[in-house]
Amino acid sequence: MINLEPVTRPDAPLARRNPVAKLAAALLCSFILIATLDPVTPAIAIAFELALLPLFGVRLRVLARRAMPLLFSAVGVLVTLVLFAAERSGRILAEAGPFLITSGVLITALGLVLRMFAVALPGLIVVATTDPTDLADALVQNAKLPARFAYGALAAFRLVPLLAQEWQMISMARRARGVDAGRNPLARLRIFGSTAFTLLVGAIRRGTRLAVAMDARGFDAMTPRSMARRQHFGRADGLLIAGAAVLAGAALTVSVAVGAFRPLIG
Amino acid sequence: MSAVRLRGFGWRHAGRKRWAVRGLDLRIEHGERVLLLGASGAGKSTLLAALAGLLPEDSGEQEGTVEVDGRDPRTAREEVGLLFQDPEAQLVMARCGDDVAFGPENRGLPTEQIWPRVDEALRRVGFRYGRDRSTAALSGGEQQRLALAGVLALRPSLLLLDEPTANLDPAGATLIRDAVAMALDTDTTLLLVEHRLAEALPLVDRVVVLAPGGGVQADGAPQAVFAAHGEALAAEGVWVPGHPTPLRRATTAPGTELLAADELALPPRLASVSLTVRAGEALAVHGPNGAGKSTLALLLGGLLAPTAGQVTATPELAGRDARTPPHRWRAPALVGRIGSVFQDPEHQFVTTTVADELALGPRRTGRTEAQVRTTVDALLDRLRLTALAEANPYTLSGGEARRLSVATALATAPRLLVCDEPTFGQDRRTWRELVELFAELRDNGHGLVTVTHDPEFIAALADRQVRLDHPRSAL
Repeated sequence: MINLEPVTRPDAPLARRNPVAKLAAALLCSFILIATLDPVTPAIAIAFELALLPLFGVRLRVLARRAMPLLFSAVGVLVTLVLFAAERSGRILAEAGPFLITSGVLITALGLVLRMFAVALPGLIVVATTDPTDLADALVQNAKLPARFAYGALAAFRLVPLLAQEWQMISMARRARGVDAGRNPLARLRIFGSTAFTLLVGAIRRGTRLAVAMDARGFDAMTPRSMARRQHFGRADGLLIAGAAVLAGAALTVSVAVGAFRPLIG
Repeated sequence: MSAVRLRGFGWRHAGRKRWAVRGLDLRIEHGERVLLLGASGAGKSTLLAALAGLLPEDSGEQEGTVEVDGRDPRTAREEVGLLFQDPEAQLVMARCGDDVAFGPENRGLPTEQIWPRVDEALRRVGFRYGRDRSTAALSGGEQQRLALAGVLALRPSLLLLDEPTANLDPAGATLIRDAVAMALDTDTTLLLVEHRLAEALPLVDRVVVLAPGGGVQADGAPQAVFAAHGEALAAEGVWVPGHPTPLRRATTAPGTELLAADELALPPRLASVSLTVRAGEALAVHGPNGAGKSTLALLLGGLLAPTAGQVTATPELAGRDARTPPHRWRAPALVGRIGSVFQDPEHQFVTTTVADELALGPRRTGRTEAQVRTTVDALLDRLRLTALAEANPYTLSGGEARRLSVATALATAPRLLVCDEPTFGQDRRTWRELVELFAELRDNGHGLVTVTHDPEFIAALADRQVRLDHPRSAL
């Protein structure tokens, strides 16, 4: 199930920062980490991120639960790479039939998995500590994004949990019409497709109705919008972004210093 | 100050052959409270959209003129507030106060004036919760009340309500009627579209009836309009007060048992319930929103597995399959025994034409093509759908879609029919046809379970009633 509610203690010092600042800091960390292939940089970044967790008021257990899908894909990446990578350099660690596991392969795979976590963690922390309404407000007020985009997306977001209910309803309605797949995988695929189509038709209709209702309340007015809720972008928010840049830079520096740095390009 | 003037007004949506509304001459003075009636398809919703300035010039073709306070409604938007049917598709924000503030923000009201305005609007509709309450935690009636506050926060002088109680149970409908009554003042002109006249009449002092072919059919004080045109309006499908619906109770004792629910439950949606369903009997299940009525219908229909208790079919209904619970049957076997009609007909449409939709069930249960043909033709005829045989089910009107969804459930001739709110939002004509059809099925020895809020439907048809209460209060 998709869970997008914030799960933070609201008084945590970094969780209270402006959502745009948190988002910028997260993007900064992610971008720098995408640039390198070695395992050292992301390992350091993950250590930093986990160390900062208490300042965001997020408990490790909560974060782990949200990172569960990530964990599964990490295992998938690890297994696939270790077994099937084309380049098999380094010391031979194990050999079984056609499978050859070498130290080089293991390091590459580990690097990839660590990168995945290091890139995703900041995003998870931002989502876990930010109210979607505050984010939309801050995007409009501090990042100067168009209100039509930010609040449109916010309203659409509210409808997401409804889609899961709709899907279940449509599936049961299919059964009530005598349509089921039994054990036939092809029929199952066909029913999946037609259920998705019905869901899409319904979602578009509801979205259109919502858009009309929003316009009826002046969302399409040409007058400049006013703000019921103020989002402040202060020095502390600037410092959060600067801090993220420093940490990311430090991770890169250590990686270069120990000679592990492998740039993505070049 | 808002007065409405329509002179020969007509609108045709782009790409449509038919005019949604046409030849309309109407004057509504400042402060009048008008109920707008007309059979489904008479163009009531289109008229409201036009008055709210929500029909862009490039979205269709216009005839005649429409004015709000002497201006084109598209340029008089701040004068007009419009409340729609579906509360889910009107709320924008996650918190109640933020949602009411959405309109004032859009109009650029200075920040320091927004929150007093929000509090005033919430007070006007009698909203019981604080600004920080989550909009998702409200019942349908409360959500609609909040949506009304969101409209009133803009202080419209012309208030348009498009069937505001159609998606609500009777308690929710009462909430909204009270909220509208509280919110009305002498500065507000009201134009209300509503099927349930009993709800609407206390709020209005004038009734305007749109003719199906265009123009105004009747106009005046409610008593005068209903005295002069009541008979004709009732025949066209308008719910006119003082025109009782016929009673169709069973004349014979119920037959054998078809299905039994034994301490059936699906927490937290449904608290434990036991009941039996018999052939030749119409059973009505009623109770407030959130009591689990729809869940019960799905469980009885063999579409959902219970987490506690069981549903047992008798050999009379299922033959040798009676040993397994209905939710384990294969779908083609299920539809030959238990037919389910969902609250939203569109959930059940699978094909691209009305005729294919009716043929689907019989084909899946292995009838010959000749048998399928006969069944489809008979049902098309019985439910007045013959002219629409080649139409796409998604293009049907509410009443047509409802008739089709009932017909598809009947196509496989199930012995038991389970319906979820079949009369929901239907005009009087479709309503009577459904009652007549269900009564006929019952009299022919079919079992019928109907989950419904509709007291008239229960009075007309139900031989036995089961009341469900909210799972929390039942514990």
